[in-house]
Amino acid sequence: MPYFIFLVIFVVLPLLLILIYALQDGAGHFTLKNIAKFFSDGDSLSTFALSIEVAIENTALCILIGYPAAWILANKDLNRSAVTVVLFILPMWINALMRTLATAELFTMAGIQLGKGTLLFGMCYDYLPFMIYPIYNVLNKMDKSYAEAAQDLGATPGEVFRKVTLPLSMPGIMSGVMMVFMPTVSTFAISEFLTNNKIKLFGTIIQENINNSMWNYGAALSLIMLIIIGITTFLQGGDSEEAVSGGAI
Amino acid sequence: MMKTSTKLLSRIYIWLILIILYAPIVFIAVFSFTEAKSLGNWTGFSMNLYKNLFTGSMQNSSALLSAVENTLLIALIASLLATMLGTVAAIGIYNMKGRAKNVMTFLNNIPMINPDIITGVSLFLLFVFLRISQGYTTVILAHITFCTPYVVLNVLPKLSQMNPNIYEAALDLGATPGQALRKVMIPALRPGMISGFILSFTMSLDDFAVTFFTRGTIGLDTLSTYIYADARKGGLTPELKPLMTILFLIILVVLLVINIRQSKNNDKK
Repeated sequence: MPYFIFLVIFVVLPLLLILIYALQDGAGHFTLKNIAKFFSDGDSLSTFALSIEVAIENTALCILIGYPAAWILANKDLNRSAVTVVLFILPMWINALMRTLATAELFTMAGIQLGKGTLLFGMCYDYLPFMIYPIYNVLNKMDKSYAEAAQDLGATPGEVFRKVTLPLSMPGIMSGVMMVFMPTVSTFAISEFLTNNKIKLFGTIIQENINNSMWNYGAALSLIMLIIIGITTFLQGGDSEEAVSGGAI
Repeated sequence: MMKTSTKLLSRIYIWLILIILYAPIVFIAVFSFTEAKSLGNWTGFSMNLYKNLFTGSMQNSSALLSAVENTLLIALIASLLATMLGTVAAIGIYNMKGRAKNVMTFLNNIPMINPDIITGVSLFLLFVFLRISQGYTTVILAHITFCTPYVVLNVLPKLSQMNPNIYEAALDLGATPGQALRKVMIPALRPGMISGFILSFTMSLDDFAVTFFTRGTIGLDTLSTYIYADARKGGLTPELKPLMTILFLIILVVLLVINIRQSKNNDKK
């Protein structure tokens, strides 16, 4: 099957190469030095911790802002037009770097110092559609009769939401988290623009190492990231693609 | 029935988010009508940036225009090839059973879960390892890699909706496998192929990280890498503003037309 061969060459082999390069020194000998270097390098470690922190905050922010929006969009009483939904995903079609630059410029114009606050705002701005869309999809396809039944059986609106709607929309939230969390850890250009290079995220140091021909250390950093992706995917159970695949537009 | 206050509140909420979401885009559009070099600097209304863009009379105009050309060409080629590969792959995966099917589904999911930078770095290492010099071809191959899984994912549900007997009926009635594929399979799968293609095209257009790592050192630029390099040098090419405004308007119109037509179709059903 040709696609199998394609996937092996362009997906499996490259990932194996990350592992191989991570465990080699410049001359091609086996070594654990690259991994050890990461754990003994204060800069890398603090960048890593900061990236995870920003990613967690950004993901939480996206859920807090995005969930109500998705809920309103999916509610037939509150929103009857499909155009509003299109308006929410439309910014994704504009070059992300250009939008980010404009956001940073807006902050500067408003006299707000570029730093962690602007970083979070800008990240949230960039990734919000990726959170809203899967949640909206799940809520939209959800069988409304469950919520109605709970209501008939005497649940208050708050209870209906907590015990029926929210649990049923978990797959949407999970795939939203997938689409926001890891990309936040790994962005490089966006964080550079939004903080005027003051704050480095993990993606930036991977990029710097690879571009300065320090492939082995760059690969080691990528490997650490891969391990985290593996862990989050495993925790999440991996059946999130249903929410994403529900139509492209 | 919802209370009117809830309705009002939710409307305000939605519009507030939309306003924030669109602020930077509107910002670019507004400042495309002035001549100032940096964003946010208003020096009076002028259409000069638009004029420069169309007549090509600006600094390094050829670099910007070739970046636009590369972006569109790469997106078109990569998403066409990804659509073909993904459709064939989806048919294959659909007909698999048990273990093989699980393995393929798992492998197909990897590029979708991987962040761009991992895809970029891993493919960069692949091309270094295989001693393939990087440029146009490697960028297109990389884009096919991260687009195809989405095509597979969009075509698979259409396969399960299809009546499998139709294909065999076509064969029984004397169609060659090729004819049956062209006249029976493809029409049934078309909606999935189209949404897979559109998704691939837009992802390829917007990609930065993967292109960044796989374009090599021959000076190949797409719009994203051009903007990145430009911003790092300090000072964006001012003509990017009208360019972005025009692109935005085209996308807006296309998406609205598609959606209005879609909802009309749904009404008919």
